[in-house]
Amino acid sequence: MALKIVKGSIDRMFDKNLQDLVRGIRNHKEDEAKYISTCIDEIKQELKQDNIAVKANAVCKLTYLQMLGYDVSWAAFNIVEVMSSSKFTYKRIGYLAASQCFHESTDVIMLTTNQIRKDLSSPNQYDTGVALTGLSCFVTPDLARDLANDIMTLMSHTKPYIRKKAVLIMYKVFLKYPESLRPAFPRLKEKLEDPDPGVQSAAVNVICELARRNPKNYLSLAPLFFKLMTSSTNNWVLIKIIKLFGALTPLEPRLGKKLIEPLTNLIHSTSAMSLLYECVNTVIAGQYWFSVGSKELCVQKLRILIEDSDQNLKYLGLLAMSKILKTHPKSVQSHKDLILQCLDDKDESIRLRALDLLYGMVSKKNLMEIVKKLMLHVDKAEGTTYRDELLTKIIDICSQSNYQYITNFEWYISILVELTRLEGTRHGHLIASQMLDVAIRVKAIRVFAVAQMATLLDNAHLLTGNMQRNGICEVLYAAAWICGEFSEHLENPMQTLEAMLRPKVATLPGHIQAVYVQNAAKLFATILKSQEGNTDSTAAQDTSQLMIDRLPLFVQSANLEVQERASCILQLVKYIQKLQQKDVEVAEEVNALFAGELNPVAPKAQKKVPVPEGLDLDAWINEPPSESESEDEQPKAIFAKEEPKHSRPRHTEVDEKELARRREARKQEQANNPFYIKASPSSQKVYQDAPGVEHIPVVQIDLSVPLKVPGLPMSDQYVKLEEERRQKERAEKKKKEKKKRKEKRSGRGKKHDSGPESEEDITPAHQVDIVTEEMPEVKENHSSKFSNIFFLHLLFWVCDDKKSSKHKKKKQKKEKEEKEKKKKKKHHHHHHHSDGGGEESVQNGTVEEEEPLPVSLSHRLINPQVVYDIQGNLQDGSQVVVSVIFENKCDSFLKSMEFNVLDSLNSKLQRPEGSGPHDGLTVPFQLPPGVSNEARFVFTVQSIVMPQKLKGTLTFIVKVDSSTHEKLDFKLHFTCTSYLITTPCYSDAFAKLLESGDLKGSSVRLEGVNMPFHHLLARICFHHHFSIVERIDSCASMYSRSIQGHHVCLLVKTSGQTVSIDAKCDEPTLLGNVLDEIKQTFSQC
Amino acid sequence: MQFMLLFSRQGKLRLQKWYVPLSDKEKKKITRELVQTVLARKPKMCSFLEWRDLKIVYKRYASLYFCCAIEDQDNELITLEIIHRYVELLDKYFGSVCELDIIFNFEKAYFILDEFLLGGEAQETSKKNVLKAIEQADLLQEVRHLIKITPN
Repeated sequence: MALKIVKGSIDRMFDKNLQDLVRGIRNHKEDEAKYISTCIDEIKQELKQDNIAVKANAVCKLTYLQMLGYDVSWAAFNIVEVMSSSKFTYKRIGYLAASQCFHESTDVIMLTTNQIRKDLSSPNQYDTGVALTGLSCFVTPDLARDLANDIMTLMSHTKPYIRKKAVLIMYKVFLKYPESLRPAFPRLKEKLEDPDPGVQSAAVNVICELARRNPKNYLSLAPLFFKLMTSSTNNWVLIKIIKLFGALTPLEPRLGKKLIEPLTNLIHSTSAMSLLYECVNTVIAGQYWFSVGSKELCVQKLRILIEDSDQNLKYLGLLAMSKILKTHPKSVQSHKDLILQCLDDKDESIRLRALDLLYGMVSKKNLMEIVKKLMLHVDKAEGTTYRDELLTKIIDICSQSNYQYITNFEWYISILVELTRLEGTRHGHLIASQMLDVAIRVKAIRVFAVAQMATLLDNAHLLTGNMQRNGICEVLYAAAWICGEFSEHLENPMQTLEAMLRPKVATLPGHIQAVYVQNAAKLFATILKSQEGNTDSTAAQDTSQLMIDRLPLFVQSANLEVQERASCILQLVKYIQKLQQKDVEVAEEVNALFAGELNPVAPKAQKKVPVPEGLDLDAWINEPPSESESEDEQPKAIFAKEEPKHSRPRHTEVDEKELARRREARKQEQANNPFYIKASPSSQKVYQDAPGVEHIPVVQIDLSVPLKVPGLPMSDQYVKLEEERRQKERAEKKKKEKKKRKEKRSGRGKKHDSGPESEEDITPAHQVDIVTEEMPEVKENHSSKFSNIFFLHLLFWVCDDKKSSKHKKKKQKKEKEEKEKKKKKKHHHHHHHSDGGGEESVQNGTVEEEEPLPVSLSHRLINPQVVYDIQGNLQDGSQVVVSVIFENKCDSFLKSMEFNVLDSLNSKLQRPEGSGPHDGLTVPFQLPPGVSNEARFVFTVQSIVMPQKLKGTLTFIVKVDSSTHEKLDFKLHFTCTSYLITTPCYSDAFAKLLESGDLKGSSVRLEGVNMPFHHLLARICFHHHFSIVERIDSCASMYSRSIQGHHVCLLVKTSGQTVSIDAKCDEPTLLGNVLDEIKQTFSQC
Repeated sequence: MQFMLLFSRQGKLRLQKWYVPLSDKEKKKITRELVQTVLARKPKMCSFLEWRDLKIVYKRYASLYFCCAIEDQDNELITLEIIHRYVELLDKYFGSVCELDIIFNFEKAYFILDEFLLGGEAQETSKKNVLKAIEQADLLQEVRHLIKITPN
């Protein structure tokens, strides 16, 4: 044979040829790299020789090494040398090496243009062929431009061998040099009718690929292709033509009508699966459903594919079936049996495809059955990946379109509970979110859900074998929350409470413990309520004692959330216990802590919130990205059609994309939030995408005891129940029908169809609570506490506008509340004293009422720790701004309000120039009923070392039928802490400050402070505007600064219940007052 | 078709043909990734997998895996046929081909592939024509050799 002779001749001529190299590499498995590096050295020597045969041999060896992953780019020039050899043997090797090693950035390619042109026009067709083949691999835009004409000429070469290669390579040329398409196209079209089938098929290939990129330009060729399609018998060509028509039909719908007949003929007649598959796919993609029977034909053929023993056909059949499912779920549903069979397939990729299909196939009727099958598979499944996939699919299937297909939620809860038995799943949070979602939205299910969750909590130890890594413990999060929130449904709340406070709970992840603690408090409240009715008061006290005994475990938790909640609740329970010992009934108040119901929020609810004035949602917050990425830098569009994409203004595109992205992000966020009603079932996918989850190693524990939670109902019983229920319904229906028929018998005996019931006939056992439009109305329980007709908030803070926005929000919220309250009240008594002031948290000042008035005052010193205005546009530390919110709570119109304060020597209300020292300031607005508004008053303060109380009055006219003058007295309390500004300080600066010796010391002791040290510090920070400089164990240094620049340093130490504060400040009076105020804060608690 | 890879059961690359311009680094990365993915699949699994935005079609013949990457709209079954056709061509040319034939005559394997596919498209659907072209080219090589050897 020719090959052997060639081999022999090369063998004789060289020391080491390719075969020797390969053999050598195989013999040097241990030190392959070393061997190859010596070979490369040899090759470098060989390349230096003048003998072209030696060079060609070296290049051939290099090509092999290149495949092994070695860099041979240094030999590019030698490759060009070998390509230029006049001998075909070497030329062939040279071109092969070039096609494997060259790419667009290889610079020697520029040198090859003339050589390639020479080879293209060689009289030897194999020279030309080899050049064309090589060119197809390394053609660059330059080469394409320079050689386009030569190749075009070759398209009309006498030899079909050259013609077909030239036609195919033209496609690569078009890609690199789009300008060549126009002149070459007529000739390309001509080749569609070439006498040689190879050339013809090549032309079809090229045009099909071109048309896939830009179908519009090739519509005119449709008749020609139609002719080819009906005449050709070459399956390769037919597949390409059908693909081409697939691209054309969306532009010209009439083509579809013409095509459907030959397509169905092919589907019926062909024995080639590839062609059949192509036809079916085209029919599906083209939506040729207008043709009678085409859908049935496709589904039927796909069924044959799926039934085939060949895995490949099965897979493709399922893939195509899922495409039909998107538009015609009904026609696929009838093949449910077949799809379910595929779940047993040994090939995982086929099983996953089948699962995808099932998702779209469920209906109210078959949901339970399908899920039951899936549950069986869950038990059988090997490997956690597939089992997890099954789990997510089960939940996907059940929860899709707002649980549209679930008729019995007890069944669904049981399914979820059964799923918790899965070992090592990482979808615990998915199950948990479903439990929460269902329990919140399906009111009727709560009793059942609570009972189930209580059992789960009781048996938590079974789920939590090897806790930390086990994702399933997430369900305890849901279980605890549901038991707490809906605790009124618990049968044995005491038992659940004990389960939630077991020491083992402390091994759960922090966020779950936090929910445990919080919900233990809710349970506690419920239990108190039931126990207080009894004559035996010890039971209630025992419950409190249980809480007090168990909670400290959580107070010690390393998790901040757990710690904080636990210590908060512990204090609360201790207080409750004190009250209980005095026989005070507390259950009511404790329950009020958790009163109110959580309502789901409709996705559209946001629309109901008006956009605040002055907020332009479309305006850019930051400068839009510049359009500097100029268009001429972009690579030239390959085909005409791609141009519009580039010429579109850049920022609008970004805008749209960005909008879509944001919308998507928002949807996902909503989907994750159990209080949003999901518009789509996409929520589950979010979890799958969670980064890195798959990298978490899942430890499989081999438990000899089956992991079954006792006492849980099997979901199967619901399937039976459901069947019975439906049968009953059907029977009843039949009865009715019979009756009707009996009644009608005298008339026409029309036969009634008592066949399978329709979807609508299946009545759900539970209804999902779906809030579509309305926002839940805010429930207002406290309205009775406010019988005042006029509401005045005084807000003071040291001048700074930056912070005012924060307080405005609060204010708005408050106003809203007030208005709501107002609505509820129809009638008010004018002279009614109120305790409204007590509602507000007293922070740093007090407004004292002089006498009972038709007005109630509430105030808060919002933001005294504001940054002092550094720009100096205000006089140095001597100004304080007091903001006052006036709210009219009566039914009358208030006007001519005047605000006046009796100035002291130290603090003066700033009045406009020309007015006397006792004139009041007119409030610049009037108040219609129910309206509130804010006014600011500037005070000049000279010394800030002493607290101050200023007396003031507000006069106004109430306009009912006749106008009456009214007066309201108040006091403004400027505390010393309100002059302090939270200022961070580094420990070294702090140390320097203390060393400087300018500061004078003072100290104070607080006795009986019963709170954790960090809470104490937090309290000082919050109420007195200090920042912590450093904290070491039970000792902390703190710092603050007054608006006039006094430094205040504290050293806080605690031992037992005694707290000692050593303080230093450059102003002893100020310090003394601040310490007094701190002392007062802690005496209040 | 975007590229074709041939590799052994041990994951050794035996042949690579790229129809899209990629840097060497990318090629190596793709090769490594795909070889791993395909070798990890169980023997009874189907020949298709979705990988990035491409479809991978592979088939195992004896100890060699033939692996092609195609685009979304391409036909998987015809790609399998292409692979099979190429194996048939190799078989005819070498006479019951084995992995060693391809290792030691890797340039021939490329020549055959280049006669069969061009720029990722099938250029010749007739087996006879492909083999004829290869044999004639080989003969040409041979004749020249003989001429060259004789004067020596």
